[in-house]
Amino acid sequence: MKNQSLLLSALKADRGGQVLLGLLAIAAVAVPVLNLGVPEGSLLHLSTYTVTLFGKYLCYALLAIAVDLVWGYCGILSLGHTAFFALGGYAIGMYLMRQIGPRGVYGNPILPDFMVFLNWKELPWFWEGMNHFPLAALMVVLVPGLLALGFGWLAFRSRVTGVYLSIMTQALTFALLLAFFRNEMGFGGNNGLTDFKELLGFDLKTPGMRVALFVTTVIALAVGYIGCRYVIASRLGRVVQAVRDAEGRTRFIGYQVESYKLWIWVFSAMLAGIAGALYVPQVGIINPGEFAPINSIEVVIWVAVGGRGTLYGAVAGAVLVNYAKTWFTAAFPEIWLYALGALFVVATLFLPKGVVGLIPARGAKAS
Amino acid sequence: MIRFTTSLRRCWLAACLAASLPLLAQEPSAAPDQAAAAVASAEAAPAVPTAFPDVLRALGSASLSERAALLNALLATKHPNTAAVLKAWLEDHLHVRDADGEMFITAESDAGDASSFALTDPVTLAASGPESADGFTKVGSNNALRKLLRSAVASFTLGSPDADVRLGAVREMLRAPDDATLALLRERRAAETDAAVQRAIDLGLASADLASDNADLRLAAVQVLSGSLAGEAIAKLEALRDPANETDERVRAAASLAISSISLKRSLYSGIETLFFGLSLGSVLVLAAIGLAITFGVMGVINMAHGELMMIGAYTAYVVQLLLPNHLAASILISIPAAFVVSGLVGIAIERGVVKHLYGRPLETLLATFGISLILQQLVRSIFSPLNRSVATPEFMSGQWVINDALSLTWNRLYIVLFTLLVFAALQLILRRTSLGLTVRAVSQNRAMARSMGINSDRIAAITFGLGSGIAGVAGVALSQLTNVGPNLGQSYIIDSFMVVVFGGVGNLWGTLIGGMTLGVAGKLLEPAVGAVMAKIAMLVFIILFIQRRKQGLFPQKGRAAEGH
Amino acid sequence: MSTSPATTGPVGLRTKPTGRRRSTNAPSPDLSHNIILYVEGVTKSFDGFKALNDLSIYIETGELRCIIGPNGAGKTTMMDVITGKTQPDTGSVWFGQTIDLLGMSEPEIAQAGIGRKFQKPTVFPEHTVFENLELAMACDKSVWKILFAKLSPQQRDRIDEVLGIIGLKDQRAARAGALSHGQKQWLEIGMLLMQDPLVLLVDEPVAGMTPQETERTAELLVGLAGKHSVVVVEHDMNFVRSIARKVTVLHEGHVLAEGSMDEVQNDPQVKRVYLGE
Repeated sequence: MKNQSLLLSALKADRGGQVLLGLLAIAAVAVPVLNLGVPEGSLLHLSTYTVTLFGKYLCYALLAIAVDLVWGYCGILSLGHTAFFALGGYAIGMYLMRQIGPRGVYGNPILPDFMVFLNWKELPWFWEGMNHFPLAALMVVLVPGLLALGFGWLAFRSRVTGVYLSIMTQALTFALLLAFFRNEMGFGGNNGLTDFKELLGFDLKTPGMRVALFVTTVIALAVGYIGCRYVIASRLGRVVQAVRDAEGRTRFIGYQVESYKLWIWVFSAMLAGIAGALYVPQVGIINPGEFAPINSIEVVIWVAVGGRGTLYGAVAGAVLVNYAKTWFTAAFPEIWLYALGALFVVATLFLPKGVVGLIPARGAKAS
Repeated sequence: MIRFTTSLRRCWLAACLAASLPLLAQEPSAAPDQAAAAVASAEAAPAVPTAFPDVLRALGSASLSERAALLNALLATKHPNTAAVLKAWLEDHLHVRDADGEMFITAESDAGDASSFALTDPVTLAASGPESADGFTKVGSNNALRKLLRSAVASFTLGSPDADVRLGAVREMLRAPDDATLALLRERRAAETDAAVQRAIDLGLASADLASDNADLRLAAVQVLSGSLAGEAIAKLEALRDPANETDERVRAAASLAISSISLKRSLYSGIETLFFGLSLGSVLVLAAIGLAITFGVMGVINMAHGELMMIGAYTAYVVQLLLPNHLAASILISIPAAFVVSGLVGIAIERGVVKHLYGRPLETLLATFGISLILQQLVRSIFSPLNRSVATPEFMSGQWVINDALSLTWNRLYIVLFTLLVFAALQLILRRTSLGLTVRAVSQNRAMARSMGINSDRIAAITFGLGSGIAGVAGVALSQLTNVGPNLGQSYIIDSFMVVVFGGVGNLWGTLIGGMTLGVAGKLLEPAVGAVMAKIAMLVFIILFIQRRKQGLFPQKGRAAEGH
Repeated sequence: MSTSPATTGPVGLRTKPTGRRRSTNAPSPDLSHNIILYVEGVTKSFDGFKALNDLSIYIETGELRCIIGPNGAGKTTMMDVITGKTQPDTGSVWFGQTIDLLGMSEPEIAQAGIGRKFQKPTVFPEHTVFENLELAMACDKSVWKILFAKLSPQQRDRIDEVLGIIGLKDQRAARAGALSHGQKQWLEIGMLLMQDPLVLLVDEPVAGMTPQETERTAELLVGLAGKHSVVVVEHDMNFVRSIARKVTVLHEGHVLAEGSMDEVQNDPQVKRVYLGE
């Protein structure tokens, strides 16, 4: 009960968070109504394409929160968070592949198509049981969590920090990229996992399921946000920020800095894994391209643009930048990389607090 | 004379038949006659009254079967133009003018135009004007003739004063040796002075001797072949280990011994080759990393656009080559300083425009420079198209340096290794022997102290950044000789180069050199065992683990904690 | 309780915690010989330069010790060795009779009861003054405990008490980064108090303070001695004179002289080193 009150007081003080949660609540109600309730052709109708698009943005937003948690609050600039995102995606992708069953091109009831194509005779051990949703869901958090635990334990224990750590995370995701490209890994190689049919028995292609996935993502984002807000408001959150500002001092007042970093790092990785798991059923594919180092760096720029160390800023940044990306790549594909590049430079040079950093400044003037 | 030629004719006829028949068994019986005939004709040469022009004239009217005999007669004339005639014949450039039966060496008068001939008189080598090809008949040849011709041409080249040409001739003759060529080779062996040619002949003869009926001869041949390095030698010796092919116990034992000796040497040489590949890969890594080592070592910031500065260097090489399409070697030499200047200036612009405002915030610098790298990539795409461009390799850098049968090194990689060492030495010289280097080192070791001593650390930072970027440009020129040049050229190098810098120890150029070479060699050693991708992954994992143990790298910089925060 | 004779220094393995300690997992030192800190024969060299050269210092329980010495004498390195930041090449460091500090990490040493104040005041700039003290407070500092930690009324009172001692009651909700230099020094001393350590290592506590602040600091440190053992490294001779009972002079990583301020000042070796006589 005491903890609950801590959470409530934290949320009361968090104006941006209130706005965000309010918007999410509206979206959770309005989107199903506008998509399923309003007939197609009506001005108010929201196309299923748009629903899925925004569902995708919200998955990115959850990933951005995860990155903000370690970067904005703990000072660990991760350039490899899409590795955890992609691993979560692969875990759910394996489940979805197993659900295809005999409906694949080769009609093999057990083996996914790509394994039949590679002349594999039996399922690799790590695919066993992945046709059960609870196990797959467990793997969504367990695999990224364990990878983060192993990597973090090595890195933090030997006090690798700053740009070293950043590049190490990038090397990590790069190594995974190379590994997942290999057919021998058993994850579909270059093509990845795709052609999904249904999730928990529901056809993924129907608008109803699309909306359900969207609403699930909204709920996950809201829960994820509140969870992160709680962590930050707890004394652990203050310790973690103390580590960010004066790591040595934190040690000398008796905190095992490594354990704190590791905790927040693993927590963040699991969050990223969940984001990936929500992402894959909506976009319908997961392939090694998700591990590409540039993706991870892009996530960081969402956070930087939105405003790091605020959580809701990360959400705003993820949605804004990705919306801009969708629009630019359709309207001016040539310009997009210039714009993205410029965004990196401008955000770091002129917007140290991101776009949400601009808002309170105006509010303060008004009051 | 006539009787003699008829008997010759008969012999040659048999030889031709034997050659065209698939029955190999007949060949040994025919071939000695042929060799004897060749020797006989050579001995009988003074007695043949037929002069060079007469033989040629006879050749023009002779039937295909008679031509073989005339070939010998031609050889017997020892006329200086014989080689040219034989070569033309082999290449179907020997024609007879139907009008007067005169023989000519022909060439197509215009490139690609087969309708008229530029003529050369084989006796005088005087050129005469183009004539329509219609009035000429080709002096034809068949497979058997061509084989004889080839061997005859080779035996002419065998007399060349140039050892390399002789070596080539020996190799050519050994491609399909018969008794005649073997006889010629034996003859040549006695007179040969060049060790490489001697060796080639010995191995060829030994290889032929393996088929001998005489066990002692075979044994000797096996012993000679055990000094060979060629893969075919192993195959031939392997056959001898089978009791079905080889009855003599000693020969079988010797063959086994020879095979293991050859295999050992071959694996040694392939080890050397791997080492060389590793060093050349390492050189690329060092070239890519060394500029980063300078900027990172001095300023403690990662320039994520470093790879793009390499790309700019590579495009500079491409542009210089477009401007000087006919001077490949010169264009490469010019592109080196040009790329240094272009990339260096871009680097200084980046430093002045962005990095300068972010000192003390290494993570932000990393992000901002990454943004710049995206912009530079897109810029290149807009200017040069997203397609890959290739930069031509000058003559002196293409091809291979063949050391022996088991080992040959490509020149371009060899030059890259040398070039890397040169760049490294030049950088060491700049940093150790110039006042600029002194101030750079001072700033890198203690910025505040250097500033308090009146060093303009802003200017030094810009110059250092420019220097590191310039080196990246030079590295790009080197890369343009290895791969195609494209907008994504630099992207793949940033992680690798950072790994090298960290592995070697930040701020230590020697560390970068040794670290890069070590990673290159280790990668290439791993590659055959686990494949290129797994080797790469293994290296990344290794470095991640290595940094845990030794955060300061192989060669930690003294007196300064190279910490990232 | 210890069976080891005092003359041979501390022996034996680390034992289970006994006596009063506030954190559950930190061992408690055995103070049966009235010596709380043994630094014995410690040598540490950096790239050939011997920062500490066979240094031996013993701190008694409840003592207030001042350590002086010229720059490069090894004062800060000594503190680094004691607090686990630096591992010495040779020598041993014991906390009481039974706790070997070498091989323990900084947080373990801090939890065992050795607090440190840095020369340059380091507080957490983004946290409030109150939060700075809260973070420093002695308690179980394992991750899961901290995640669900809640201030008890007693703990709140203690923080208020310390806020009073360091005179920052009015700034309790202010960002620590916005404090003046002197206030930061005080806040750091306050954080040290919140840790409730047995040994306080204080590096140049009055640098940059006004005379009044210096005086109050002197009072505070003298007041702490007795309940805590206090080791002060300081350049300000007047300050040292005002608080010192026993002074150790370090020179080139070695103890040059030890005794009362007057004894030390009349020591010919000290005169030579300090005054170049």
